[in-house]
Amino acid sequence: MSVYSTSQFKNGLKILLDGDPYTIVENQEVKPGKGQAFNRVKIKNLKNGRTIEKTFKSGEKVDAADVMEKDMQYLYTDGEFYHFMDPETYEQFEAAKEAVEDCIKWLKEEDICTVVLWNNSPLTVEPPNFVELKITETDPGLRGDTSGGGGKPATLETGAVVQVPLFVPEGEIIKVDTRSGEYVGRVKK
Amino acid sequence: MTQRTEQSPLELLKQRAFLLSAIRDFFRQREVLEVETPVLSSAANTDLQIEVFQTQAIAENNQQAFLRTSPEFFHKRLLVAGSGDIFEIAKVFRRDEATQLHNPEFSLLEWYRLGYKMRDLMAEVVELIQYLRQQFDLPAMPVKHYSYQQIFNDYLDFDPFVVNEAELNQMAQQAGYHGEPLDRTAALDFMFAVQLEPKLEKNQGYLIDHFPIEQAALAQAHPELPDRCLRFEFLWGGIELANGYQELTDANEQLNRFEQDNQNRLAMGKTALPIDQNLIKALQQGLPACSGVAVGVDRLLMCLLGLEDIDQVLAFSANSA
Repeated sequence: MSVYSTSQFKNGLKILLDGDPYTIVENQEVKPGKGQAFNRVKIKNLKNGRTIEKTFKSGEKVDAADVMEKDMQYLYTDGEFYHFMDPETYEQFEAAKEAVEDCIKWLKEEDICTVVLWNNSPLTVEPPNFVELKITETDPGLRGDTSGGGGKPATLETGAVVQVPLFVPEGEIIKVDTRSGEYVGRVKK
Repeated sequence: MTQRTEQSPLELLKQRAFLLSAIRDFFRQREVLEVETPVLSSAANTDLQIEVFQTQAIAENNQQAFLRTSPEFFHKRLLVAGSGDIFEIAKVFRRDEATQLHNPEFSLLEWYRLGYKMRDLMAEVVELIQYLRQQFDLPAMPVKHYSYQQIFNDYLDFDPFVVNEAELNQMAQQAGYHGEPLDRTAALDFMFAVQLEPKLEKNQGYLIDHFPIEQAALAQAHPELPDRCLRFEFLWGGIELANGYQELTDANEQLNRFEQDNQNRLAMGKTALPIDQNLIKALQQGLPACSGVAVGVDRLLMCLLGLEDIDQVLAFSANSA
């Protein structure tokens, strides 16, 4: 297994700590004039998303986490697992429910998304920043109201529910920002 | 004196010139002599936690040379030779130090006062800080005085002279330390630098004295409390600005400490370094009773200008030097 020295610490570096993979969010070196130097880091647990603070003696070695990101195509779910494919190698990966929890509501089959692999199995899946999805259910809006003042919930083809302006009808394809979950606009097809 | 101008990225060179000029005025008024001492030395600083730059020999009678990490050894030789009170604004060099508060090459203001006790020099450090604040149109800074023991008690709720190594490690782990158990000194460093300093108030000065004897370096032992020494620091908020000593004058004791440093270096897998025998010889001739202190000039400028990163006050930082 490869290791990193604290002198290689930088934001985004993936390390293994107590068996869990972490990414470094912030790295600060602290050195008293006449004393031991330390690296104080904020690290995010890639399994549960929680950020914690740890301090290492400068010069210490820390195990690297074999974590990488790959663009993959979402294929289908068999009810238990979610299947993705690397479009370059055609290699297929199956992800557990926990790995896709936050993003599956934005994905429809054949969409490209970012899969974070840890020891070659999907750890988390990130949807594209913007997705275009069809509204499958929403209350009829008020005719002629294009002010966008009010809003109403709309269910999309993937099951996600977003707030849309009153004038947007069922059957319309809309663009959504997956980071905020907010409606961006209608897509003219 | 160089005129001070308002802060803007392009004016920083002028701000530095203004600061250097103000420092020189302060010492001129007090009749402290400005000196220049060598950057290259045939001997090195043996301090366990300081990494020395090494280069080719300077003269035929030595094999290698080292870039100074402080001008202190030369200053003591001058004091022995009868210089009287002296100061220097010295470029010094320490490998592997590059952080928000460190650059491998930086400026130290170092000065020595004959006959001063530690307390006298602590007072003068505060006078300098207040003088410079005034020059930079800042109000006087409130300064709190703590002993090392008292500040640990007040901020971290334990006595650093009573707590044992196992207890220190337990506290360090609870505070997020990850790794092999720390020795006592390193664990205290952790508590001081990682736990205590971030708790200090930004615009408050802190004088801290009577450090543990293991951290004495070139300071005298405390006459009554043998586990402490006559070393002090001045912190501007959580930033270490000055480190000073009532100076050790005993040549044998100094030699022992250098040799102990080298033992510690070897134990840590580092190389032993040539001890400054010229300094030891000078101490044998007799260093007059004195106190000395070093102030980080780049950090001082940073603090005076309210900046947060040392790169902001350097014309060229390590990455572009």
